[in-house]
Amino acid sequence: MSVKEIPLSDERRSHWLLLFWRSTVGKKVVMALTGAIGVGYVVAHMLGNLLVFEGPEKINTYAALLKSDSNLLWTARGILIVAVVLHIFAAYQLARLSQKSRPVGYKRWRAVGSDFASRTMRWTGLLLALFIVYHLLHLTTGTVHPDFVEADVHHNVVSGFRVWYVSAVYIVAMLMLALHLYHGVWSMCESLGVNYPKYNRLIRALATILTVIVAVGFISIPAAVLLRFIS
Amino acid sequence: MHLTLHVWRQKDTRVKGKMVRYHADDINPDMSFLEMLDVVNWQLIENGEEPIAFDHDCREGICGSCGMMINGVAHGPRRATATCQLHMRYFKDGDTIYIEPWRSSAFPVLKDLIVDRSAFDRIIQAGGYISVSTGSAPEANSVLVSKQDSDRAMDAATCIGCGACVAACPNGAASLFTSAKISHLALLPQGQPERQRRVIKMIEAMDHEGFGNCTMHRECEAVCPKAISTDFIARMNREYLCSLLKG
Repeated sequence: MSVKEIPLSDERRSHWLLLFWRSTVGKKVVMALTGAIGVGYVVAHMLGNLLVFEGPEKINTYAALLKSDSNLLWTARGILIVAVVLHIFAAYQLARLSQKSRPVGYKRWRAVGSDFASRTMRWTGLLLALFIVYHLLHLTTGTVHPDFVEADVHHNVVSGFRVWYVSAVYIVAMLMLALHLYHGVWSMCESLGVNYPKYNRLIRALATILTVIVAVGFISIPAAVLLRFIS
Repeated sequence: MHLTLHVWRQKDTRVKGKMVRYHADDINPDMSFLEMLDVVNWQLIENGEEPIAFDHDCREGICGSCGMMINGVAHGPRRATATCQLHMRYFKDGDTIYIEPWRSSAFPVLKDLIVDRSAFDRIIQAGGYISVSTGSAPEANSVLVSKQDSDRAMDAATCIGCGACVAACPNGAASLFTSAKISHLALLPQGQPERQRRVIKMIEAMDHEGFGNCTMHRECEAVCPKAISTDFIARMNREYLCSLLKG
């Protein structure tokens, strides 16, 4: 079998950032870093949400505080938007590459190493993107909220989650988030090269604990509203 | 043992292939999987049919020539076992076995179960050379290597380049292979002079061949006949980032 030469790039000519973005490893690093921004945001968001258990005043004051400085607010929103767009864009390109790398599939294929969470990343990711759009229209702009009161977060949350199917959508979405984080946090460490035999069990455990805390924290709110713990 | 086989038959790269059913009769459980195929082939030759083409060489699990998807698992159901070392005693009498070639756009099927794995050779080629002193043979102990590093380098160097990692990966990634090759030199003093350039070039070559990305399914690790760990993929990513940033 003849071995033909690959036309490799000349490192003096191509910029290292371009090399980085073009490579699958570089794109995974972008996904890991933007994913890390997402994880940080999700944890902070969940902790802030728990203020709903402290009564209307606490959470409404907190919400007003977040919106008090519009420069700061839009800087944070800008970072999140850029992170989400890059994350989805890189994921789309890599997923297309995966499809192209196996044009003829197997008649039989059995999983021996992967788990449900790892195999459903694309689908949980897609559903989360759709959920984010719905969530923004529901509790940020109030467009699809039947009884939206500007700046009264407590009222909007409670009246929103009173509708059982709205709560169901939120709970299902948070289970999707849990699956996405369970694999994502662990995989993120691999993409960044953090995984190491000595720390793997610790990283796996931290990813699992983080997933459980985030999922339970978020789901507790629609559940509490439905069970009339918050009114 | 009597088995029913469904085998991928394909005349050459250009024509479409299909699954064909065969009966494997009087199979001794102590035969290897390849010996079982030999028996089927003798029967096919006697009947004037084209035998099933498959790659093999040493049949000792050390050359990396053999490999096929057996019931949807690369190298079959036994962990850390190449196809040639898989024995028929791990199957039951009356079993139905699906046998398919490695599936990857970078590994075109040449015939039946034989695929062209020269994409791997080109990744190795992109890695280039290591600088060594020429002249008389150097003193063997002049370069010291720690036990830990030499063990880890050896764990990576056990890669036989069979391609099972690519075949098993849902993304068709060659990350385990490439990372093993990068790691074994990056861990040793002999690999240091070209360490940065090597990782950048080999990853570029890997991408150029059309292999997918690693999403950490860990299917590769589970089917690798040498049980090479995905920790080497993390090491490759680390090497890549550091090399690119150091420039």
